[in-house]
Amino acid sequence: MLTWIVRRLFQAFFVVVAMTVIVFVGVHVIGNPVDILISPEADQAERARIIAEMGLDQPLWKQYFFFVNDVLHGNMGRSFVFNEPALKLIGSRMPATLELAVTAVLFSICFGVPLGLYAGLKPDSVAGRAIMAGSILGFSLPSFWVGLMLIMTFAVHLGVLPSTGRGETAAMFGIQWSFLTWDGLRHMFMPALNLSLFNISLVLRLTRAGVRETLPMDYIKFARAKGLTPRRVILVHVLKNIMIPVVTVVGLELGSTIAFAVVTESVFAWPGMGKLIIDSINVLDRPVIVAYLMMIVLLFITINLVVDIIYTILDPRVRLETKA
Amino acid sequence: MMARGVRTIVRLGVVLSGLTALSGGSVMAQSLAIASSAPVTSIDPHYHTFGPNASLHHHIYEPLIQRDAPGNLKPGLATSWKLRDDKTWEFKLRNVTYHNGEKFTAEDVAYSLDRVPKVKNSPASFQIYTRAVVAVEIVDPQTILLKTATPYPLLPQDISQIFIIPRSLGAEPATEDFNNGKNAIGTGAYRFVSYRPGEKIELERNDTYWGEKPHWKTVNYRIISNDGARTASLLAGDVGIIEFVPPVDIPNLRKDSRVSLSEVVSNRSIFLWLDHSREGPTPFVTGPNGEILEKNPLKDRRVRLALSIAINRQAIVDRVMENTAIPTGQYLRPGAPTYVPDLKPQLYDPERAKKLLAEAGFPKGLRISLHGPNDRYVNDAKIIQAVGQMWQRIGVQTTVEGLPWSNFVARAGKQEFSAFLLGWGVSSGEGTNPLRAQIATWNPQRGLGTANRGRYSNPAVDTLIDQAMATMDDGAREKIVQQAMRMAMEDVPVVQLHLQKNIWATRKGLSYEARVDEETLAMGVKPTK
Amino acid sequence: MSTTVAPAVREETPFRRFVSEFAASKLALVGLVGFTIIALLAILAPWITPQNPYDLAQLDIMDGRLPPGSPSMAGYTYLLGTDDQGRDMFSGMLYGLRISLMVGVGSALFAAVVGSSLGLLAAYVGGRTDTIVMRIVDLQLSFPSILVALMILAALGKGVMNVVFALVMVEWAYYARTVRATAMVERRREYIEAAECLALPYRRIMFYHLLPNCLPPLIVIATQQVARAIALEATLSFLGLGVPITEPSLGLLIANGYQYMLSGKYWISFYPGIALLLTIVSINLVGDQLRDVLNPRLKR
Repeated sequence: MLTWIVRRLFQAFFVVVAMTVIVFVGVHVIGNPVDILISPEADQAERARIIAEMGLDQPLWKQYFFFVNDVLHGNMGRSFVFNEPALKLIGSRMPATLELAVTAVLFSICFGVPLGLYAGLKPDSVAGRAIMAGSILGFSLPSFWVGLMLIMTFAVHLGVLPSTGRGETAAMFGIQWSFLTWDGLRHMFMPALNLSLFNISLVLRLTRAGVRETLPMDYIKFARAKGLTPRRVILVHVLKNIMIPVVTVVGLELGSTIAFAVVTESVFAWPGMGKLIIDSINVLDRPVIVAYLMMIVLLFITINLVVDIIYTILDPRVRLETKA
Repeated sequence: MMARGVRTIVRLGVVLSGLTALSGGSVMAQSLAIASSAPVTSIDPHYHTFGPNASLHHHIYEPLIQRDAPGNLKPGLATSWKLRDDKTWEFKLRNVTYHNGEKFTAEDVAYSLDRVPKVKNSPASFQIYTRAVVAVEIVDPQTILLKTATPYPLLPQDISQIFIIPRSLGAEPATEDFNNGKNAIGTGAYRFVSYRPGEKIELERNDTYWGEKPHWKTVNYRIISNDGARTASLLAGDVGIIEFVPPVDIPNLRKDSRVSLSEVVSNRSIFLWLDHSREGPTPFVTGPNGEILEKNPLKDRRVRLALSIAINRQAIVDRVMENTAIPTGQYLRPGAPTYVPDLKPQLYDPERAKKLLAEAGFPKGLRISLHGPNDRYVNDAKIIQAVGQMWQRIGVQTTVEGLPWSNFVARAGKQEFSAFLLGWGVSSGEGTNPLRAQIATWNPQRGLGTANRGRYSNPAVDTLIDQAMATMDDGAREKIVQQAMRMAMEDVPVVQLHLQKNIWATRKGLSYEARVDEETLAMGVKPTK
Repeated sequence: MSTTVAPAVREETPFRRFVSEFAASKLALVGLVGFTIIALLAILAPWITPQNPYDLAQLDIMDGRLPPGSPSMAGYTYLLGTDDQGRDMFSGMLYGLRISLMVGVGSALFAAVVGSSLGLLAAYVGGRTDTIVMRIVDLQLSFPSILVALMILAALGKGVMNVVFALVMVEWAYYARTVRATAMVERRREYIEAAECLALPYRRIMFYHLLPNCLPPLIVIATQQVARAIALEATLSFLGLGVPITEPSLGLLIANGYQYMLSGKYWISFYPGIALLLTIVSINLVGDQLRDVLNPRLKR
């Protein structure tokens, strides 16, 4: 087990190094952030001075070396634009993204499980078929387009929900959250729904498959024979069993939900990390780009690692040491 | 203006309408919310020469010389200024105090000028405005002399860009300490309260301010870079005023009874650069069948003029810009100092354009690739497509390519394009600025032609520019500048298209005096009654 | 389609079985017909559209933002209206469809070639090659596609070729994993052993014997990936990281037109959106059924 974890960590380290090298080289090739930030009235000498001060005149390998050195000293670099530590900037935007992603995941369970249950229990009914057809739409629709349509419908035509932004926030643990105010919740509804669409389809299908698999099982038959109400059979016995895979998958999807928030945040002007990274790509703010990608890569590796470890503990049939 | 971020273009909520009218800009509330279009990158007034920063900083700090709404210089922390001799300027200072109660003196001016080049990691230093000053002499606490190496008539314009901070901040105050409020001390009408990068800045009225007392007790300066979201927030009453109103929304807003607009023609012109740097073939211009031309046709004035008069500027202004611009033939707005009244926008004349091309030896036209950014100026990518259509009509087969600014600006700086769209905002508000930066022959040693990306060069104009810069008399200099501008523009170094209008929208009941310098100041937002 | 051929002479060729199983789902048939029509429209665009929307000479800015059904100066009717440049939306949509399909299919094909070659190699050579390839695949599949694409576009900058490259990079791992899994099973079969006994060259065995037998799952993956690629390309273009404005794909048409929806000029954005939707849904309907038919594990 230990060797396995060590190997995984080594692998993670390799990914982070490879990613930073690629981004360093790539951003260097695209252009120079100074050209974007500098006053148009500045002359050559001024431009050269700024480039030198930011260390962008150094050979790339040297810049990379300095970067690695800084990271080893716990410093992820400062934004070229804001002259603030990149991590601090990302941190200040993170709560907005997190609350959006978590709400989206909750939505996917709240909508996905009941719909899947229905489709599983009544697979041949019209509604059951419609739900399954709908789930194909959920997989197919590009989320940005759905976002636009949601805004058109609810904000523009019906005028019942605010179109964009985060709305009023309230503080908890010294951080501003939207879900604590009514206005904030109203602002959050559409983006969260938009972000959860894919996951709703996913959970729905998982639940349906689980129900179809579980219903013919002996213990269900036994429970029925015992005279339990159908309601109790479904809610307690069936649901309990299928919740394990559903929750696992949803947990795994939290990471990609955070990643896909980039799209939703752009559509709904939600001031989270995703908007920050897109803006940073536009102005070639390399420290922020690198820090964001490093952070999210680490996040993913952690999620995967934790899931794998829990699996081995829960299910002795899974052996991690077996040779790949 | 900075790249306006991703063009998500979420443009909605106009119908969101009268649902909730919050504190946005209600007259009673004494609190004003402003929607700014681009992030303020720092509270440090000497960190980044960047429009959105200056706009915010004018609330907290003050320069020696201010500008009024039409862009004329007026006394700020200096009550008056005059030339002692050709190289020495005398400033008489105002007797005021900082937010922290300290007295403002000549020492602070010297301190601020000294700090400007020392700011660490500045991506765009204010040094370009302090460079001319070679020595500072404090006569008494209310009088200071600034000396230049050579006669330099633009010193007041440059000094108007430098904010004054108290010397008690000590040696090398850190930018971060401005952002967290510790160093955010000025003499301005508002005090700093809080700053959340990319999100909002909160300000509070300075009740000991020396000048006119602003109406609003607190100001919430919000960053809403998405065009549609900005309009929506105004209509929903979340904010009292928005800047850079997106052109597509203008027709609807004009009809909306809950909103009033204020606008002024700016000194920001949009134009096409043509490649003057090559005698031989230029990369994106070929003959009508794609054959490589031995000589760069853009060096021929007839070709440049043909390309210019082929453009129906009024159509671009009407259809693409939704009348948020006016056609122009020069860099400055009508009425600005050194504006050349007889230099009119080129008249649309496709027939003559064809003739000129034929005269220049291209009766069958040319092939051109026109480049431009797609995320920098208002409707940039749409403008080049419209120009492309018009060039087609005179037999110039045009393909257009819109590039992200980050990529575009690097390539334009290396003269990689043949014809490309750019904009220029004249910060000084008068003609020597575009002449020296855009038209003067590229000369990095002398700091001339720094933005001359087409590498236009005209020795006769250069001589006039030098002459103007050595002329300290404003009236005499204006004549020389006008002569130089006329001479240059008649040679069509760039194809001028239009001047943008600066447009603000406020909730009904509020008014804003539209400013030429694009700044959005809470001090200028007033209840109409 | 029902025929009068007597069931007695029905010959059970694998292909026929496949066709009949596929046709069992009406929804899938609808998808197939829909996709065929969409593909034909895209391929035939230059011959059926009244205007070449990429030729600036054919556009007139004075015709900009006309509602559907307006007559043009050139005499035809703008069926679906025009955009801000005076581009006929019907023509623009079909050409945009062409670009979206080209990017989607092109990247899927390219990724299929790269991915299945690596998958085959991993399965056939085994050992260290297998470990390395599969490690990379696992790693990549653990990241969401949008993130991988963002990383690549952050490093390479925006542009069509970069988007295609990003799509290939996102997709190849799916092919590699599928092909390897199938090939691992197949390579232990007798016919491969026979081929090996004949001392046929590696390459021949891999591509002539192993690959054809890995095709069914490959086709399933490819259909799904085409739909994903089209959606992802549209998303990236919408975020402003994709294709150039002058030759807009469906995603860019939607993004461009969206700012006009408010002022009631819905057609600029709405119809391309519908086209995108129909394309992706029809491909997915086909893909779903293909998966059920071709995947023996799902057979009941």
